[in-house]
Amino acid sequence: MTQSVVVQVGQCGNQVGCRFWDLALREHAHVNKTGVYDEALSSFFRNVDSRKADSGACAVGGRIQHLKARAVLVDMEEGVVNEILQGPLREVFDSTQLLTDVSGSGNNWAVGHMTYGSAYREQIVDKLRKAAEHCDCLQCFFLIHSMGGGTGSGLGTRVLSLLEEEFPDVCRIVTSVYPSAEDDVITSPYNSVLAMNELTEYANCVIPVENQSLVDIVNKIKHMSDGGMAGPVIKKDSTIISGRGGTSGMEKPFDAMNNIVANLLLNITSSARFEGSLNMDLNEIAMNLVPFPRLHYLMPSLTPLYTLADVNVPTRRLDQMFSDAFSKDHQLIRADPKHSLYLACALIVRGNVQVSDLRRNIERLRPSLPFVSWNQEGWKTGLCSVPPVGHSHSLLALANNTCVKSRFIDLRERFTRLYRKKAHLHHYLDVEGMEQSFFSEAVTSLSSLIEEYNQLDATKNKVIHDAPRLSIAT
Amino acid sequence: MSVVTVQLGQCGNQVGQELYDVICCDAQQGQRKPYCKASCERFFRQNTRGDLVARAVLIDMEPKVINRSMRKAAESGRWTYGEASHFSQKQGSGNNWANGFCVHGPRHREVVEELVRREVEHCDRVSGLMALMSVAGGTGSGVGTYVTQCLRDTYPKSFVVNHLTWPYEAGEVIVQNYNSALTLSHLYQLSDAVLVHENDTVHRICSRLLRIKHISFSDVNKVIAHQLGSVLQPALTADSQGVYSRSPVGIDWQVSAPSGAERSRSLTGSSFNTSLANLLILRGKDVYSAETGGFEDPALYTSWLSPDAAFTSWKSPVPFNKYEKSATLVSNSQALLRPLDNMVRNAWNMFASRAYVHQYVRFGISEEDFLDSFTSLEQLVSSYSQLC
Repeated sequence: MTQSVVVQVGQCGNQVGCRFWDLALREHAHVNKTGVYDEALSSFFRNVDSRKADSGACAVGGRIQHLKARAVLVDMEEGVVNEILQGPLREVFDSTQLLTDVSGSGNNWAVGHMTYGSAYREQIVDKLRKAAEHCDCLQCFFLIHSMGGGTGSGLGTRVLSLLEEEFPDVCRIVTSVYPSAEDDVITSPYNSVLAMNELTEYANCVIPVENQSLVDIVNKIKHMSDGGMAGPVIKKDSTIISGRGGTSGMEKPFDAMNNIVANLLLNITSSARFEGSLNMDLNEIAMNLVPFPRLHYLMPSLTPLYTLADVNVPTRRLDQMFSDAFSKDHQLIRADPKHSLYLACALIVRGNVQVSDLRRNIERLRPSLPFVSWNQEGWKTGLCSVPPVGHSHSLLALANNTCVKSRFIDLRERFTRLYRKKAHLHHYLDVEGMEQSFFSEAVTSLSSLIEEYNQLDATKNKVIHDAPRLSIAT
Repeated sequence: MSVVTVQLGQCGNQVGQELYDVICCDAQQGQRKPYCKASCERFFRQNTRGDLVARAVLIDMEPKVINRSMRKAAESGRWTYGEASHFSQKQGSGNNWANGFCVHGPRHREVVEELVRREVEHCDRVSGLMALMSVAGGTGSGVGTYVTQCLRDTYPKSFVVNHLTWPYEAGEVIVQNYNSALTLSHLYQLSDAVLVHENDTVHRICSRLLRIKHISFSDVNKVIAHQLGSVLQPALTADSQGVYSRSPVGIDWQVSAPSGAERSRSLTGSSFNTSLANLLILRGKDVYSAETGGFEDPALYTSWLSPDAAFTSWKSPVPFNKYEKSATLVSNSQALLRPLDNMVRNAWNMFASRAYVHQYVRFGISEEDFLDSFTSLEQLVSSYSQLC
């Protein structure tokens, strides 16, 4: 069994991370009734007996003593991390996993990336190494951060390049929360574009999530549960937007949104944690979904989001789940994959779903989904037998789809609007190590990424003939 | 005469477990003694407690599937896997043939060879080695190909067979066509015979003939194991070595067994499907009076091989798996041409835009290696399509 380490950077990263640990613990508590520290738990948690000498790690198979998250928490202010340390999750982290400063990055990528990146470099590497040493087979780093701010975006991407430097063979999957267009951080387009350059360069996969989509989803769920509509009811124990189940006790404004992202992570890692008839390892994600090294942005969609409590036909409900995964409403970024080109698509299914259900739905959906000519059968599937708490089954679709470029074009526009006037630029250029060329390089990289997607998009609807086969002397 | 199997990857280890289950059931349940003895000798050894232990080596690059297969075998109460005859690592090959073939294979060569050697030494006489694997994934296909190469080197005179599970045309692994192309082009040089099961075909058997509503991988694997078992079980108990020979073109023995004797008629209907050779195995009641003339029609075979030479039948009154009658056809024919050609075409189209190639280059498979593989597969396609 392999292990993974979660690195959560900045306010958003840490908040999402916390929801992830909370849900993961709930999920394991639900499945693991015996209290034994099993392989499944060991993938994201260490079992520590504080009475024992040297770190007191316990092997798989013994009783659960103290579970510690395989995580590194980084923030340049104290607020969020302190809150975590006072909250119910305080037991799963210890001080050696934390790194904080007091003054924050002031929504400035350069401060996070350059100033803090250099000042804390040694400490960050040290903490990452420690986390890695606790694993006997480290498979993957999950980096969670946001793109708009200073710490998550700047320091987060610095951590990413450190990971590449220190652990070149360990897969790096990044979950990036993209700011809304109406973001209250004025410099968020700068931060996002600068961060994207790093993501394109150093990540194996990036799973972009957009704040606006999360807001829309949460609103829709609330509307459904408050609206008193007869049909759709949110199941009481569903953990989609609340760790406590249902829609009750919405803890903090962002909690519901963060919860959705945490669910995404929960599903991606499900196959690495539990058994299934068709395993999908984490290193298979990049292998199957990334045809060209730079095009590694995978659009997530999560179903069921709006659980219907009383649809009586189970197969229809199951098929609906597959259809929903391709509808606009269920994408975690605002884009419409059906009207763009699929390069590849992965379906990560959990719960009581058989291969025949999978086949039937792929057959059914395939005609309506445009795939690139050389990857007409571009499906990767995983079946994990353990469903999320409160559901009988769930589906996470990860699509490498050219429609992601619409978000990038949008971002570039907002960037250019600021950059043309050189607005706020001096805040960045005052930072030691930061040069204006970083801006132009970043936007060039973004443009060439968009261009790569454009070129693939241009092949859509064209009749592409098979490549002429090798001829053999007979 | 004994057969040592090497189960590789998730698919190989699942199919293998079902296969031994079928064989063990068939041999033990109400069968005559000589048959039971011959079957057990072929596939099992006895440990000090007298339990049947499969002559199998289990290899995977991650532990979950092997653990499960070993547990299921032990739970059957009839047979087990050898306690020390498995090898697993912690991290899978990630669907990457290059990772399996160039990295995992060489790294674990000695351990695997040692496991196989120990299993071979348990046999009085070895009639052959069989590797069970899929062609789509990373471990089965990549490590499987590497291990086949090692078996060929270590046992140059033994009969080495590969059983391949061919992936669904869509939807398992995106790079499956690359992995398949690399696997087949290598096995073509290494293997004495390749038995192929297509998931799509088996899936259809599950839905249309067995009328299973929710088909699981376990159902698919059961059918594969069932057909494979019917081929591998000793049909001629008196002299239990079946006569295999290296097929002229090299690979592709397709097992296309119906689930009952009555259905065999439809298989001969497709006369455009030219065969190099066919093997018919009849088991159960009235086998000696069965009319098999249809299989001896010269139109079925190439012009340069007479039906006498190309057609073999094994008949045994011992029923297989409690069927009153059963028939299995192993055919070296053009039947696999279509899936093979599709696979080569899809892989070639992908290769034309160089998609995913960087993932292979990372582990040491170059574009030239791909081209070599395509060349030998085109040759294979052309040889088979020119049969007449």
